Amino acid sequence: MSAYILYRHRDIPNLNQLDVYQKNGGFEAIKKAIKTMSPAAVLNEVKDSGLRGRGGAGFPTGMKWSFLPGNLWPHYVVANADESEPGTFKDREILESNPFQFLEGLMLAAYAVQANDAYIYLRGEFWQIARRLDTCIEELYAEGLLGDKLFGTKYSLRLHTHLGAGAYICGEETALLESIEGHLGQPRLRPPFPATFGLFGKPTVINNVETLTNLPPIIEKGAAWFKTLGTEKSPGVKIFSLSGCVNKPGNYELPLGTTFRELIFTHGGGIPDGRTIKAIMSAGASSVIVPADDRALDTPMDYESTQANLNAPLGSASVIILDDSVNMAWLVNKTVHFFRHESCGKCTPCREGTYWMSHLTRRIAAGEAAPDDIDLLNIVARQMQGKCLCALGEFSTMAVTSGIEKFRADFEKLVNH
Amino acid sequence: MNEFFVQNTEAIQKILSAYPAGNKRPAVMPLLYLAQRTNGFIQKKTLDEIAEILEITPTEVASIVGFYTLYHDEPGGRYHLQVCTDLPCALRGADRFLQDLCDNLGIKVGETTADGLITIEEVKCLAGCHHAPLFQVQGDGDISYHEDQTVDAAMQLIAELKKKAAEREGTNA
Ligand SMILES: Cc1cc2nc3c(=O)[nH]c(=O)nc-3n(C[C@H](O)[C@H](O)[C@H](O)COP(=O)(O)O)c2cc1C
Ligand code: SF4
Ligand code: FES
Repeated sequence: MSAYILYRHRDIPNLNQLDVYQKNGGFEAIKKAIKTMSPAAVLNEVKDSGLRGRGGAGFPTGMKWSFLPGNLWPHYVVANADESEPGTFKDREILESNPFQFLEGLMLAAYAVQANDAYIYLRGEFWQIARRLDTCIEELYAEGLLGDKLFGTKYSLRLHTHLGAGAYICGEETALLESIEGHLGQPRLRPPFPATFGLFGKPTVINNVETLTNLPPIIEKGAAWFKTLGTEKSPGVKIFSLSGCVNKPGNYELPLGTTFRELIFTHGGGIPDGRTIKAIMSAGASSVIVPADDRALDTPMDYESTQANLNAPLGSASVIILDDSVNMAWLVNKTVHFFRHESCGKCTPCREGTYWMSHLTRRIAAGEAAPDDIDLLNIVARQMQGKCLCALGEFSTMAVTSGIEKFRADFEKLVNH
Repeated sequence: MNEFFVQNTEAIQKILSAYPAGNKRPAVMPLLYLAQRTNGFIQKKTLDEIAEILEITPTEVASIVGFYTLYHDEPGGRYHLQVCTDLPCALRGADRFLQDLCDNLGIKVGETTADGLITIEEVKCLAGCHHAPLFQVQGDGDISYHEDQTVDAAMQLIAELKKKAAEREGTNA
């Protein structure tokens, strides 16, 4: 019996081979769904499970699906495999080592909303992974698990991969849709939302790779089983990508609600070189910097507790550890340069704001700044907040304002007095 | 005569078939990859041919090439060795690694070795932060990951790439 739910390949060798996956219960869920369940029944099971999106926002998956109108066709499902947030490397392991469970999950989502075509959008750097997925998909057609009239029903399904080409913004769901359509990867104004006007102008569901990989076990074992894991409002397990100043960086599949302390010290082996932990970022480079006091370390990592205790979203659960050797002004310079590089340039506050912030953070980190520059940086960041077209602009300010608020001394240390 | 289409008809038709009938534009990114893999970079002539196939303007295709960082419209070095120096990797010594690697090759970040084979670049997170230092190598129409690197291991890989390139030249000649 495998203890893992998503990373089952860690218990079962060669799970990325179709015959091995099938021998271990693979494709039983999709067979059960298509042969014995109505699309609405699949949707309701997922809704009842309480599964929430693992791509960042934590939006309830079943509810998202239910927004698709029944009088506009065709419907599309898009898997978000863009995985580009600094500190996030969880989906890649699924795609490389347990690809069929992900594909089966995508098929379940497609069946639930009656989509006949589904797309997998992968970041361009995952080109070898995309090539392997193409082979997996070919095998599924050959086995009769994809294609026309599946399992003797009227339902048909085709899967397609589509490679991005090096743009973090394409992980944002509307920029992703633009990118598939062959346009610049720039977010759309909302409304309309993808649920009514998505890919090729049709109702579309976009889900993260990890979200989709949860679906086969949910359909196989039921919503009640799923809810026995995790917390009441954040059921299930989550893959935490642990990185930075920690002995054993890596992916950890743990129940939602596990504390930061357990992740970092029990699983991650603590802080190297006898150093002490200084701060945590809970959602990759997009997150606020949280001082690692006891209150933070004892916070359960679920969507509600992280937000309530730390005023920080759990996001994609990419936990970056910062030890006492890290200067936060140096860190902020890194994150701001990332966002400046990745700003798509569509709206002025983000395009100009990330540009100006990057000048200030560079000056500060290089020891060339005047004391006033710290407040100026803070003002630029605060002026951007609430004014950007998409969340990237907002993300770019998170480390800045929290860093200055919580670790001002680090900035003061570097400016000329 | 659209040479790109003639030479790749089957592949192009397969790509187009993944998108709704009558909507060709979504094929622009896959076609650009196809061109890049064939020639190492995207030539102006091919760009125009792609525009013609998709019935959009060359300017529209060029804007896609300009927006996305993985497309190259200039030859550059044969292999782009791209080191991630984003925050999580930087916390594990990536900046130092990049510097040492460049020192070993006697070039600066962004430059190409004298034989035109290796260009060293700095890139953003590659979704391998737990295996820092790491880099990807773009070249010969492929992208490969190299994780948990040391400067010695990287230098060895570079020697292998150079040997591979020399062998290719040899068989082509
Ligand atoms: C700038 C930006 C980058 C994002 N990058 C990703 C990503 O790489 N992968 C992902 O699944 N979601 C990403 N998201 C979230 C998606 O927009 C979307 O909410 C998600 O794919 C929905 O899937 P879920 O409901 O299954 O979580 C990003 C959002 C923003 C604003
Ligand atoms: S906030 Fe930034 S990334 Fe988002 S649309 Fe505006 S410019 Fe583009
Ligand atoms: S920060 Fe380097 S791979 Fe993620």
